[in-house]
Amino acid sequence: MSYQSIDALWWQIAFILIAGWIATDLWRVMGVLLGNRIRETSEVLVLVRAIATALVAAVIAQLIVFPSGALAEQTTLWLRIVSAVAGFAAFLGLGQRVAVGVFTALGVLGVGMALGL
Amino acid sequence: MTEPAAPDDENSRAAGGFWYWYARGLREVFSLPALMLMTAFVGFAGFAREAGLPAGQVVLMTLMIWALPAKFILAAAIQSGASLVAAFIAVTLSSARLMPMVVSIVPEMRTKDTRTWVLVLLSHFVAITAWVIAMDRFREVPREWRTTFFAGLGCTLTLGNSILVGVVYGLAPNLPAELLGALFFLTPIYFLCSLWGSAREPSGQLAMVFGLLLGPVFYLLVPGVSLLVTGTVAGVAAYGAGRFARWWANRT
Repeated sequence: MSYQSIDALWWQIAFILIAGWIATDLWRVMGVLLGNRIRETSEVLVLVRAIATALVAAVIAQLIVFPSGALAEQTTLWLRIVSAVAGFAAFLGLGQRVAVGVFTALGVLGVGMALGL
Repeated sequence: MTEPAAPDDENSRAAGGFWYWYARGLREVFSLPALMLMTAFVGFAGFAREAGLPAGQVVLMTLMIWALPAKFILAAAIQSGASLVAAFIAVTLSSARLMPMVVSIVPEMRTKDTRTWVLVLLSHFVAITAWVIAMDRFREVPREWRTTFFAGLGCTLTLGNSILVGVVYGLAPNLPAELLGALFFLTPIYFLCSLWGSAREPSGQLAMVFGLLLGPVFYLLVPGVSLLVTGTVAGVAAYGAGRFARWWANRT
């Protein structure tokens, strides 16, 4: 049963509430209830965090390598990869400030677009 | 709410009631991390629009999910025609990171009088940016006003970005294509940097590298379940490598 399976507003909202709201607030409520009873260093949490991190990383890669719409039309794959690597390198090299990484990546992307790369 | 005398808290001041501390939290919306988050939400609005989601549902997602990676995953899952179960599992896995964040922030803002339902309500506003700002600013907030401070911060960030998402959704067709392209690019870079910073152990950073490399491969090999497969394969591999590294280091 996908989002497109039933062409009705109630189903689309139910889809978002179940796969979105419940799927996220579940963890938040569990976090409150467990409070400080669970150790942040627990071995299970290390594995769960690794899987979660890899999942977000897969989303990042998808947005960079297979973007949709405007980004795909305006830029080439190589320019996006070079910009992302440059931004991340600047982030790591200059004190791990997110703003530095973001502005460097956007700067390289902007220059590349202006040069028609 | 009456102000209890708290001799164990030196920061406790008579000055500043509920609205004072609520406004102090609200003011953090004008900090750099919050502004970065807003630009990422502009990118999300455009992405969700291109994924074919109607405006009302995009705003609903922002209000009810709030965490940005989870929303991107849900929108991508909907776009790829994933089943409800697959979408639920993908979002659940991506949101597991919220639990340790909530677990660590709760002891910081709880007093012995704080009701559990207040903490449950406030926990909805926990996501990377709000958590980072709160953990940074809590030192300046007397303990009994931290829930108020976080309510001001969380409510304003969530509502503000929900309005922003609705407005940008309407504006998206009128924005120059170059600007939209750059904004769409901002989101992955923003995540790239903040994800690296939020990793607690080497296996987290390794999981990120594995996920970045394997993501596009599985996207081509197993479209539809690529996020789940990448998360599991790269995550387990990174965890295994992390354990092996610890074993290797402690071998002698």
